[in-house]
Amino acid sequence: MSYTEKTRDLYRGQLAEIKNAGIFKEERFIHSSQAADIEVEFPSGSDLKKVINMCSNNYLGLSSHPEVIRAAHEGLENRGYGMSSVRFICGTQDIHRKLENKVTEFLGTEDTILFPSCMDANAGVFEAILTSEDIMISDRLVHASIIDGMRLCSAQHDTFKHSSMEHLEEKLMLHSDKRLKLVITDGVFSMDGDTAKLDEMVSLCEKYGAMLLVDDSHATGFIGKTGRGTHEFCNVFGKIDVITTTFGKALGGASGGCVSGRKEIVDMCRQKARPYLFSNTIAPVIVSGVLKVFDILSSSTERRDKLEKNAAYWRKGLTDAGFVLKEGNTPIVPVMLFNAKLSQDFSRDLYNEGIYAIGFFFPVVPNGQARIRTQISAGHDISHLDKALSAFIKVGRKYGILGLTKDQIIEKYGQ
Amino acid sequence: MEENTLNEMKEMVLNYVVKEYIDDEDVKITYETPLISSGYVDSFSMVSLLVFLENKFKIKIPPSKATPEAFDNVNSIVALVNQYLNK
Repeated sequence: MSYTEKTRDLYRGQLAEIKNAGIFKEERFIHSSQAADIEVEFPSGSDLKKVINMCSNNYLGLSSHPEVIRAAHEGLENRGYGMSSVRFICGTQDIHRKLENKVTEFLGTEDTILFPSCMDANAGVFEAILTSEDIMISDRLVHASIIDGMRLCSAQHDTFKHSSMEHLEEKLMLHSDKRLKLVITDGVFSMDGDTAKLDEMVSLCEKYGAMLLVDDSHATGFIGKTGRGTHEFCNVFGKIDVITTTFGKALGGASGGCVSGRKEIVDMCRQKARPYLFSNTIAPVIVSGVLKVFDILSSSTERRDKLEKNAAYWRKGLTDAGFVLKEGNTPIVPVMLFNAKLSQDFSRDLYNEGIYAIGFFFPVVPNGQARIRTQISAGHDISHLDKALSAFIKVGRKYGILGLTKDQIIEKYGQ
Repeated sequence: MEENTLNEMKEMVLNYVVKEYIDDEDVKITYETPLISSGYVDSFSMVSLLVFLENKFKIKIPPSKATPEAFDNVNSIVALVNQYLNK
């Protein structure tokens, strides 16, 4: 046996360090379906508590939608539970290709390839399409999965300051000698809720002969007037070379992701992307559910319209109450507290008031930028938002931060 | 190397690091401030610093020497540069 006491102690020591640093993650057990109203067991072993969920990625409220559940049931009956294969051996059903075509049409691209998750899509795409002769230039706040994907790729990498088009242009000039240049950004940034300036990025990429990759995981289905994503919002629909996105958030929230874009890039992923080649196909039940989600989204913009109204209502309510928010116009609304301990205390008190919202602090967000990240859903009704707002105001008053500026909060609690 | 020249080099590198990587005006960087291990500079962003050093000082730093450890503060960066000056 090689798992010695010494090994065990080593891990215990590392876990203790994480706990002492106050960043130990604990799961909260939800005893209901994902929705605006959920029943939670937290801490483990305690009685169930009914709370309003203000921190899920269930932007369109489709995670437990009856039509999606029915479609998933039908998929299970008609196509079975699992495929026991990767795609290229015997793991591709007609519905996999049908979903790829549907995504292509929805996003306005040339072709699409499914991955087990968007994390896998981002892990596979860079290595599949770039070599050491090429350069990746990414926004400094891109998602961790993109960073991991870039690490797996032999191309050189550089970064530009968050959303700074001047800095991006400097970098495009600096690396003008590279064979292929790929500019990489999130469409909507998950921690701040701001949107990338895709219109300006497309212009710069055209000027300097670079390709553009956008991870639109926090946008597909609801950003833009018909919910196609950040490229629709920025009026550059059809001009993005590569879009990666997920079915694990607004699009039913189960799992799965994709790379959608130029045909040759998708073909390269189908030949070379390792998470596609060496990981199981998406289960038929999930493919069937996501197909229904696209049917719902293609027939009406009702849900994304409601989400937009809810997000505006929530943002205005918090602003009028005197909270400091991150600027933005998406359903991600960060309430800035700056101090890590305050963010944890605030989250705990909200939970006691029946509101489930999580505090984020370094290293998930930059040092001194602790916050409660709230995420609005079309599954929320105004009554949910009013109740949540009352709780935020009550807790905000307790800590005396309503109406204070950033500097005043930092002066009071430290950074 | 003369003290003045060394300090000029450090100041030059410090100014570049602040301009390129530090967005928060409240953050004060010194010659000893850990840059990568403290999160001010992520390892992906090091390439522009490497290009800056090579262009500014007309040197070539082998990729194997451009490590996060060697780039972790202004003093260590300048020490690395000095190894390749006049070679």
